[in-house]
Amino acid sequence: MKYILMMNTMKAGHGVPDWPKKDLQAHIAFMMSLNKELHERGELVSGEGLSFPDQAKLVRADKNGRPITDGIFPESKEFLAGFWIIDVDNPERAYDIAARISAAPGPGGAALNMPIELRPIMSTPPQEMV
Amino acid sequence: MTKPWDATSEHLLRELAPQVLGAVARRFRDFSSAEDAVQEAMIAAFTQWPQQGVPENPRGWLIQVACRRMLDHVRCEIARRERETAVAVETETFLPSLDIETDMDPDDTLILLFTCCHPALTPSSTIALTLRAVGGLTTAEIANAFLVPEATMAQRISRAKQTIRASGIPFHLPAPHERAERLPAVLHVLYLIFSEGYASSIGWHLQRLDLAREAIRLTRNTKTLLPENPEVAGLLALMLLTDARRAARTGPEDELIPLDKQDRTLWDRAEISEGIELLTAALSKASMGLYQLQAAIAAVHDEAARVEDTDWPQILALYELLKRVAPSPMVTLNHAVAASMVHGPAQGLELLRALDSDPRMAGHYRLDAVRAHLFEKIGDHEAAIKHFRIAAARTTSMPERNYLITQAARLAGD
Repeated sequence: MKYILMMNTMKAGHGVPDWPKKDLQAHIAFMMSLNKELHERGELVSGEGLSFPDQAKLVRADKNGRPITDGIFPESKEFLAGFWIIDVDNPERAYDIAARISAAPGPGGAALNMPIELRPIMSTPPQEMV
Repeated sequence: MTKPWDATSEHLLRELAPQVLGAVARRFRDFSSAEDAVQEAMIAAFTQWPQQGVPENPRGWLIQVACRRMLDHVRCEIARRERETAVAVETETFLPSLDIETDMDPDDTLILLFTCCHPALTPSSTIALTLRAVGGLTTAEIANAFLVPEATMAQRISRAKQTIRASGIPFHLPAPHERAERLPAVLHVLYLIFSEGYASSIGWHLQRLDLAREAIRLTRNTKTLLPENPEVAGLLALMLLTDARRAARTGPEDELIPLDKQDRTLWDRAEISEGIELLTAALSKASMGLYQLQAAIAAVHDEAARVEDTDWPQILALYELLKRVAPSPMVTLNHAVAASMVHGPAQGLELLRALDSDPRMAGHYRLDAVRAHLFEKIGDHEAAIKHFRIAAARTTSMPERNYLITQAARLAGD
């Protein structure tokens, strides 16, 4: 079963986190090693980190179907920082992975315990309905 | 001398894969490396044969290529160990001669099935490994069927083999009592491959590998190897009797059409006859197992030319047997559906109440979907709409969700 794990942590206008270098490096190393492990277990379908919210745009179509873009958002809004799509044997494994991501090391090496939004991907086989 | 590559060649190649793997694995006494070597030989054949033609002795060709890969691998290993330990090794003792007239053992495919469907493996890795080692599929094809990247699937297979290697099971046929014990796991894997494939034939993911056909082929082969086992025959019958409805199961927009609304003239008569024949032969042999019973239920549906001709009392009796042989909440659910067809929707709804307290069923969309249908039948449209919507919110199947929200909208529009 496939799941998407979404890490909604970025705040618009907050720029790059100002953690000490070694903490940033530890955080990056943690993410790299987690991705490597998920890949080696044959569970990682895909995963991407997203650009900082400075580059985010909201796009709508106008009456003629042409794009109207809107940019730079209020500071309070949280943005998707990155996501993982995983394919695992049971929901418990998906929760475990989400918890691992949640506890990624932050400043001073302390666990961030960020909220990770987990949603099943619509990929289950339909069943015969009698 | 070669023969031109044609429509049958791909089939031939897949049929040969487990035989070749069996021969190479026995010779080198190393299932895991042999499996990699045969995969490389298969890929070489898929690349070269369409252009250069199918060799006169395709099996010998594949064994030879796979053995060369194995020898390369063994030589690399020896060189690595020599570098690491500086101990001279008698290389010749490690290298079996390259004799392509290896004896063929008809049990090889069975050994492979039992090896791949090892209880230590997770379902997803068992399926992947079985499709590659026994089904002769390439990693890319399996990855495509499950909509994951090829590298992900390769890792899954490689991990499965590490588990098998670590468990230290020898490459031979399990003893008869152990075989009987493990056969249900093998049949379950074949069943899972079939249902994944049958389901994925719906939806927008076109050009996926036809896993349902692969499962039927593998089960057919298993039946040749175990001709006297009634459950293998029952499983094959179940697959054929279900697959027979494939063309009627979706509408022009790929939407799901339930059994009672299907155009039954589209059902595959040949598959139905074969399924019924297999089932009849199996039923005369022994007591009814899980797959024979499910096949028998599918057969009753398939034998009804019109939905109103369905022999529901017969189906109800079969579900009652199934409840005894293999009780599960899903069987209880289907039993309630059958009961509602015989004794009316009110009794169906009554029987469903037993499932409300079953934690295995809690929050499962099918319970709400069935309730919705039954409420509609007793004329309580409001309750039906409510349950169609709950079911739609709970399913993780897109075609199913589309079906359920459409049902709710249909009733709401009345």
